[in-house]
This record gives sequence, C-alpha cells and structure tokens, in this order.
Amino acid sequence: MIPFDFDYYVPDTLKEAADIYGSLRREGASPVYYAGGTEIISMARVSNIRPSAVIDIKNIPECKGFGTDGARLFFGAAVTLGEICESNLFPLLGLAAGRIADHTIQLRLTLGGNLAGTIIYRETMLPLMLADASVYISGPAGDREVPLSDVFSGGKRLSPGEIIVRVYVDAMYASLPCVHVKKSRTEKLGYPLVSLAAMFMDGSMRSAVSGLVFYPLRLRDTGIKNKQSAAALAQQLFSEAPSPIIEDVNGSAGYREFIFKKTAENAIIHFRKL
Amino acid sequence: MLKLSGKCKITLNVNGNSYETLVRPADTLLEVLRKQLGLTGAKAGCENGDCGACTVLVDGMPVKSCLMLAAEAVGRSVTTIEGLKGTPVQKAFAENYAFQCGYCTPGFIIVCHALLAKYPEPDDYTIESWLQSNICRCTSYQEIKAAVQAAVMETRARQ
Repeated sequence: MIPFDFDYYVPDTLKEAADIYGSLRREGASPVYYAGGTEIISMARVSNIRPSAVIDIKNIPECKGFGTDGARLFFGAAVTLGEICESNLFPLLGLAAGRIADHTIQLRLTLGGNLAGTIIYRETMLPLMLADASVYISGPAGDREVPLSDVFSGGKRLSPGEIIVRVYVDAMYASLPCVHVKKSRTEKLGYPLVSLAAMFMDGSMRSAVSGLVFYPLRLRDTGIKNKQSAAALAQQLFSEAPSPIIEDVNGSAGYREFIFKKTAENAIIHFRKL
Repeated sequence: MLKLSGKCKITLNVNGNSYETLVRPADTLLEVLRKQLGLTGAKAGCENGDCGACTVLVDGMPVKSCLMLAAEAVGRSVTTIEGLKGTPVQKAFAENYAFQCGYCTPGFIIVCHALLAKYPEPDDYTIESWLQSNICRCTSYQEIKAAVQAAVMETRARQ
C-alpha cells in the first residue's frame, strides 16, 4: 500500500491542469502529473516519492489519441505503448514500445510517462530522436512546440510544472527501413543492456541507443555503403559514447560495449543488404 | 473536474455489480477489491507490476491492479476472477492441471480470457507475448500453454 495520502485530480483541459498545478505549488504542495501511473505508484509505495497531489492527465483531449494529417504523425502523451504497437502508425516506435516491460504493463505505460519519467532508459525516445520529432509542451511559461532534442538530449528533462502534450513526427520517417534490437540480461524482459534503434536513410544508418550511458544517446549518422567493415563502423559508433558506460548488476561496461558493437554491426550488415 | 481528497465515497462497477465504498485516493484497485469488496481472487504478489498475480480486467483489457489507483476505475467496468466462473478458460485450466499452488492462476486466467476475447485463434507468438506478463513459480508453463490451446480449440468448436 502507499503509506501516505495524496489528493487526486482529473482535469478536463490543459488550462485546468496547469491552474491546479500552479495553485498547489503556490500553497507549498508537491503535485505531480499522472498518466499511466506505474512509476508513480511503485515509487510511492516505498516512499521514494511523496507527492501531495497527483493530476491525472488522461481526460485532457490534446493528450489523448494518435493519428496523422498526412504530412505528420501525432501521438498524445497519454497514449499507451500498447496502442502505439497496435496502431503500427510508426513501426519503429511500435517495435521499441513493444519491448518495454511486458504486454499487460504496456497497456498502462504512456508515451509521455516513458519520455518524462525518472527511469533512465526511455526507449521510446530512440525512434523519436531518429525521426527528428518535435514535442508540444505546456507549462508555466506557456505552450510551445520544440524539437525533442532541445528538451531531452544529453539527459535533460522537463522543467517543473511542464507537461508533454503531444509528440509530432514527419510521416516520411515511418516508412523508412528500420531495425530495433534490445538485449537484456534475461532474454525477453527487463531493463536494457543495449536497446538500439536504427533507420536507413540516404545511404546512411541513423541510430540511437539506450542502456549504454545514463540517457538515450543519438549517434552520428554513419555512411554504410562503403568498403569499411561493419565491425569497424560499429567501433566508430561506440567511440562516440561519452563516459561513463553504465556498469551495474545487469552488465559490466565491457559487456555492454561488446553487446553494442555486435548489435550495431548486425544492423549495418542488415541495411547493407537492402 | 474530479477531485478526491481524504476518505471519499466512490462507486465501482465490478463483475456487473455496483459497489459503493470509501477509499483514499492513494488506495490501489487491488487493495480496494480485496479489503473493501471482499473479492480476494486477485492476489497481492510482488505489488510492483512484475508477477501479474493481481491482474484484473478493466473495460475488457488486463490491468495489474497493484499499479492502478481505485479512483481511476470509477466509471469503468472491472472484472475479477470471480466474474469468470465457468468460462472456457477457467475450465481449460482445471482440466489441464495448469496450476499447483494456484496463487498465480487467477491472473493467468484473466489474461488468457482477455487474449481469447481479442484473438480467438492466437498464434504461439501472441500467446507467449501476452502471457509473459504473468509469472508462475510452480509449474513449467507447459500446462498453462496447453490450457490456452485447449481453450482455443473449445472456442473454435463452439463456432
């Protein structure tokens, strides 16, 4: 059980949500935004966080739903990973989402929660970084649409009071050849040792990885239609990773390096056959 | 806008019945089902969303009730294992000896029931993908797989 009390709000509009948040903060309270709630509940249960209020965004129209206007795809922050997988609107995003946690939990985990939560892997960010996604954010300073990389690259996070409303992706990226490979300590489930997403575009492999360092890392686009061996190209990609490489009970830094290089090499070989 | 603070009265629709109960906003659906409504079929296992012993259906889809607030279930339809009495999946689990201690079994039956409702003839990949959400420490999972396949055959025979 959660050993403390909090208030529960379900606003119907973005403005209501922002107003409640602002009002609670001014009173000295500690509200958090709430969507799937899996991370908040599991952390609250052991008192790792103790919010005084949760603001459930699932009723806000702009946060719900996904689709396309032809030129762009959009995904609301409260859309679940299960919905993303099933829609197949952005296959690479579906592949990444479909390997996070397990099937039942994917029906609760939300895109916004995965991007803005405290768990470091944030694997849905990988395809979005490759697709140069933009994110619509609402916050105390107003609403704005900005490149995802401006908000989240290098481990950056949202400012207090900000909320992801929607993510936008140019529809063109959804049809590019792509690969997603996740290696974890157990075969099917668990946090990643390496989670690699890659796209093939204009003769180059675009790639991004989680599990290597403490945040999702966008790697340099790598020309692969050349005579360099796939192993050498994979080594070059690895050399971009800033220190430190994660070293924990799931895998040593050396093991993650090995897994990354092999996975990247296989992705390059795969795209070279196209 | 809905606001819940302190102990408040909510109405939950569980297994087709309406229940009025007092909850804290911080109460999980699992706690309320077991302690307030006496529906102890959903089990407290890990209470961390890993084991699946607490799985119930919300609007027909499986949810790990240890990671859902009871307040979120207001206005939605909850089905617990008690609401699946006599269903083909429950029967298949019994006939295929797909349990030993039985603690995980309600969660498995709930997920299987939802799976077959959505995919009456699921392939092995889909079955495995859905059932990875639940852990059994007693069996080898083979009996559970056999139960699912038996339920698929039963559903196919009925159609």
